Amino acid sequence: MGDFLSLLWTHLDVTVAILLFGIGFTTLLLYHNLIKKIIGLNIMDTATFLFLTSQGFITGRSAPVLTEGVETAAGYVNPIPSGLVLTGIVVSVSVTAVMLALTIRLYRRYHTLDIDSMTLMMKGEDE
Amino acid sequence: MQLVQNVPFFSIMLSMVSAIVTPVLPRRAAKWLSVGMVSVVVCLHIWFLPFMVSLGGSYTYMMGHFPAPWGNELRAGLLEALIALALSIVMLLSQLSGMNKLQRQIDPPKQGLFYVMCNLVMAGMLTLTYTNDLFTAYVFIEILALSSCALMMARQVGHTMVASMRYMILSLLGSGLILIAIALTYNLTGHLLMENIRAVIAQYAADGEYALPISVIIGLFIAGIAIKCGIFPFHMWLPDAYGYSTSAASAVLSSVVSKAYFFLLVKIFYRVIGINVVMSDMALNLMLVLGVLSMILGSIGAIRCLDIRRMVAYSSVSQMGYLFAWVGLGSTVGVAAAMFHLVVHALCKSMLFLSVSPLCDASGDSKRFVDLRGAGYRYVIPGIAFTLGSLSMVGIPILGGFFSKIFFAEAAISGAGWVRITLLAALALSTLLNALYFMHTVLGLYRRPKKGFVRQPFIKSRLTAVTLSVFGFINLTIGFFAKDIINLITTGIQNFA
Repeated sequence: MGDFLSLLWTHLDVTVAILLFGIGFTTLLLYHNLIKKIIGLNIMDTATFLFLTSQGFITGRSAPVLTEGVETAAGYVNPIPSGLVLTGIVVSVSVTAVMLALTIRLYRRYHTLDIDSMTLMMKGEDE
Repeated sequence: MQLVQNVPFFSIMLSMVSAIVTPVLPRRAAKWLSVGMVSVVVCLHIWFLPFMVSLGGSYTYMMGHFPAPWGNELRAGLLEALIALALSIVMLLSQLSGMNKLQRQIDPPKQGLFYVMCNLVMAGMLTLTYTNDLFTAYVFIEILALSSCALMMARQVGHTMVASMRYMILSLLGSGLILIAIALTYNLTGHLLMENIRAVIAQYAADGEYALPISVIIGLFIAGIAIKCGIFPFHMWLPDAYGYSTSAASAVLSSVVSKAYFFLLVKIFYRVIGINVVMSDMALNLMLVLGVLSMILGSIGAIRCLDIRRMVAYSSVSQMGYLFAWVGLGSTVGVAAAMFHLVVHALCKSMLFLSVSPLCDASGDSKRFVDLRGAGYRYVIPGIAFTLGSLSMVGIPILGGFFSKIFFAEAAISGAGWVRITLLAALALSTLLNALYFMHTVLGLYRRPKKGFVRQPFIKSRLTAVTLSVFGFINLTIGFFAKDIINLITTGIQNFA
């Protein structure tokens, strides 16, 4: 048990990422409110990004920007995960925008944010 | 480097560029640009496929002249060319055939945007088929998810909006799982190009290192793609989405989008992780279980439907289950059978969706089986197309579906122990259920019609008549070339590794 805890402590970033992912995932699945679902989704995305960025980080090295003095690769952290996270953030932003737009549409039609009561009302419609 | 080798790149760029240009064009121009672009892609692939056959192998296409471990690459092989050709044909015919219905169902200002989404789906499909880079695949998975959501809710009724919300939630969960899998893969190997990753993973497998993380990666990829394809426990959004959106959108979603995701999964198995590693891994059983459940429960869902569009949608769940189960079998024969069925099902299911909508129109705009009685007499060509598609799905000889059933059975027999028995039993049961609901529907279409419906002219809309005839012709003839196609697929799979 002690070993396991110290393992969690040494990989603190991964632990936090897993916790955040769990929080996001349960929020996404358990809440009926669409806005809360979207928030859960964003937390989940953030967890993934944290995991990804932390994997590219090397202790004691600096950001991969060419500065005076340091000109070898050994001075820098791995830039690729950061690049991937940047792409991921763009994707996440656009997805959130689309989902919020959809939520507005649904709210105008059904006057609720609860997806279950929406489904019930939808089943009542014929077409 | 010959000119013809640029076809994959040109096709992707064409669809991307027309997606950018389309929003500023007037509605009619947008429509014909999109149709023209897809026709050009189809023509390019008709030129490209014989070249790939004569080449006999595959090649990688460097983007921007950065060498292997850094740059972004496309890879073209026999299998990719075949799948891209088949799915582009489906895309073209779906757009043409669903055009009239679409003009009635979607607000006029938004029709141009519908074609933007079609272009993006096309770009996503082609990129997922051809890319050699894992992260590019992720980006285009997201593009495909967003654009298919927009296609789904282009016709704004309650069902499609709620369904697209559910689709987005599930689909983003799926993308999240795929992104984690990609992050883990990058951690483990330090590469994003497929070939480099495979070399490193093969080394790990030989040394017996990292067995658990590799299993987790395979499991995450399977779960992510299963969610996106609408396999059984994740199919809640599917019947409403396919059942209520406009017919072109349903055809594209069921036949192009989910097939592209599935092809990506197979590609990941072969080119990223290495098929030998995948086949000896326990995680593959997840795919088998999901597939078998989906085959049976999808069919049961279809039987319980009272409405023809939802029935065809549920049948999609069941047919995607076939693909998953036979790749989960873990043998090359199984994968080849699944690839053959992918082509057959894409051509057949889109025809079913597109023939259903004129039949419904001829029955007072109703989708219920009761009102559709005798619709086959009222509108002849769609009736024949629907019958042909149903017969193919059930597996009547000389049609494509019959050969996929044969290949499935052959592959299942070559399996070992309980897997063989389960798959054969599932195949038999699912075929029986298929026959039950499809034949019930077809017989209903040709029962004595209720009074009061007007018979439609033989050719009411030239577009519908021509596209459905072309669809019918392709579905009829694909059976005659089954042997050639499966040989092509087998060679393609050999070159894949």
